[in-house]
Amino acid sequence: MSSKLSTVFAGISMKSPVMSASGTFGFGLEYSDFVPLQALGAVVVKGTTLAPRAGNTGHRIAETPSGMLNSVGLENPGVDEVIKHILPQLVPYETPVIVNISASTVEEYGLLANKLSRAPIAALEINISCPNVKQGGMVFGVEEESAAAVVASVKQNTDKPIITKLSPNVTDIASMARAVEQAGTDAISLINTLQGMVIDIHSWRPVLGNVMGGLSGPAVKPVAVRMVYQVAQAVSVPIIGMGGITTADDAVEFFLAGASAVAVGTANFANPRAILDITQGLEDYLSMKGLDHVSQLVGQVKL
Amino acid sequence: MAKYQEGALILSHEMIAPALRKLVLYAPQMATTATAGQFIHLAVGDDSHLLRRPLSIADADSSRKTLTIIYKIAGKGTKQLATRQKGESIDCMGPLGQAFTLQGEHPLLVGGGIGIAPLLLLAKSLCPRPSEVLMGGRSAEDMIWPALFESICEKLHVTTDDGTAGVKGVNVELLPDLLSKGKFDMIYTCGPKPMMAAVAQLAKEFHIPCQVSLEEYMACGIGACLSCTCAKTNGGRAKICTEGPVFWSTEVFD
Ligand SMILES: Cc1cc2nc3c(=O)[nH]c(=O)nc-3n(C[C@H](O)[C@H](O)[C@H](O)COP(=O)(O)OP(=O)(O)OC[C@H]3O[C@@H](n4cnc5c(N)ncnc54)[C@H](O)[C@@H]3O)c2cc1C
Ligand SMILES: Cc1cc2nc3c(=O)[nH]c(=O)nc-3n(C[C@H](O)[C@H](O)[C@H](O)COP(=O)(O)O)c2cc1C
Ligand code: FES
Repeated sequence: MSSKLSTVFAGISMKSPVMSASGTFGFGLEYSDFVPLQALGAVVVKGTTLAPRAGNTGHRIAETPSGMLNSVGLENPGVDEVIKHILPQLVPYETPVIVNISASTVEEYGLLANKLSRAPIAALEINISCPNVKQGGMVFGVEEESAAAVVASVKQNTDKPIITKLSPNVTDIASMARAVEQAGTDAISLINTLQGMVIDIHSWRPVLGNVMGGLSGPAVKPVAVRMVYQVAQAVSVPIIGMGGITTADDAVEFFLAGASAVAVGTANFANPRAILDITQGLEDYLSMKGLDHVSQLVGQVKL
Repeated sequence: MAKYQEGALILSHEMIAPALRKLVLYAPQMATTATAGQFIHLAVGDDSHLLRRPLSIADADSSRKTLTIIYKIAGKGTKQLATRQKGESIDCMGPLGQAFTLQGEHPLLVGGGIGIAPLLLLAKSLCPRPSEVLMGGRSAEDMIWPALFESICEKLHVTTDDGTAGVKGVNVELLPDLLSKGKFDMIYTCGPKPMMAAVAQLAKEFHIPCQVSLEEYMACGIGACLSCTCAKTNGGRAKICTEGPVFWSTEVFD
């Protein structure tokens, strides 16, 4: 990977600023037949909770125009299993691993951070924005005080950099960003999925077992770019931009809006090599524009 | 087992019944490693369908390096797939999932509707064992299967809902009688879930081991997104795309 792309994000050295989005890339290992994990900026793994979770019943995905809904409901083996059996397998790849955490109480977030603080990982991403769990989840992501309390609780329990992932399902994303910055987050990632619903017109039933789900993919990209732009204006911590990134051109938009790194989610399903293709495309774009480093794009949108 | 992403060349793409298509792909890496019960995850080829579609491998020919897929036009994605022409290339991931376990002296294969497709490669792989196939469909129009099974199984039993081919009724109605003759020592089934549940139930009553092939909507196809998991009878969960689609019936049906 060229030095044009090497990035230090929230203190984490990365070969490139292009990483996977939580929940779309498993623990990375699942993709290792298709993508050399060493080539990723970071592997952001599936949302992890204190106890194992079975997730939602019924269909969990539905394709929508230029996007998809999901209602996985945070199925995961629980943090102890992740620490004991999964994270060690990622060590040989020498790629920063970021663990995405979710909980239903402020204390649980702290406990999770504590357990993970000795694991071989680069950072924690706090998911206060998952729309698919009834308890907790997004409630934290839509109220400034509780979001700040979660960040503070995680901060107290770890020395690792913390990234707070924001929900787009709010009226004022900028004040939410300011609240988590004040609470001590080292970085912000956005956007998580937008709440949506699809109805089968033959059965008259919702397609998803959980009735509603989170929208992702190209359909959400303009919303995501707008929110990254607004948050970049409001805070000084670095931003990981995501939402519908499918090509290097999409990624460039996020950098221009103010993101210092990007994550790729739904696009991995369409093309398991998406992150590699985007990384290569980004390098080509920089060369074409005669730029020496990707950081020269960050926040450079001209008004 | 290695998984590949390869641009597979369409060698032929034909209509075999009004809503059924047979697709033959030149896919050297996948064709030489695929086994019965596995599937490929293919991009239907336009930007508006960003998710791939999982389709079973109905035949794999390692000398010609081809894979055969038989699919039903079920909705938007398969409708789009049906427009793809000979000479074009299709982006495929595969071979994916766990295969059927080949065992027994007298296997019985029970298929319903499009679920009969993966049983073709299974029957071929079970040869020279004398397998029998019990298949059910809606009507003669989509009962294109008997000719395809002729040379690869010992005996065929056919039912249709409307009686236009074979015995009128559903295939599982014939099952108790077939099983009580007592010579089957392995059952494989693929088709609608209620049918597979009924087959699993009878297999249990007759103490015959049984494998089922499950379906669920899939995004990644490789165990990363958890779109496709199902409950196991032991209380755990399994990813249908990587731990399945083939399971022992007792793992997933009570
Ligand atoms: C392991 C496996 C093997 C399969 N093998 C075959 C086969 O050999 N031949 C065949 O005709 N069909 C097979 N299917 C079913 C096939 O994948 C669906 O019919 C197809 O995806 C429907 O897509 P669509 O866009 O036409 O329908 P739509 O209903 O428009 O699909 C919308 C979405 O639902 C998903 N979907 C809809 N129905 C199914 C289903 N039954 N299973 C999985 N996903 C579904 C699609 O992938 C897509 O994401 C298999 C499914 C699985 C899981
Ligand atoms: C199937 C699926 C599962 C997801 N699971 C998680 C999760 O566990 N934690 C989380 O913070 N975000 C999760 N997300 C959200 C993504 O990380 C990402 O924020 C969102 O999908 C937008 O990016 P995209 O359009 O590139 O997919 C999930 C998304 C999808 C599609
Ligand atoms: S389809 Fe993604 S885990 Fe099975």
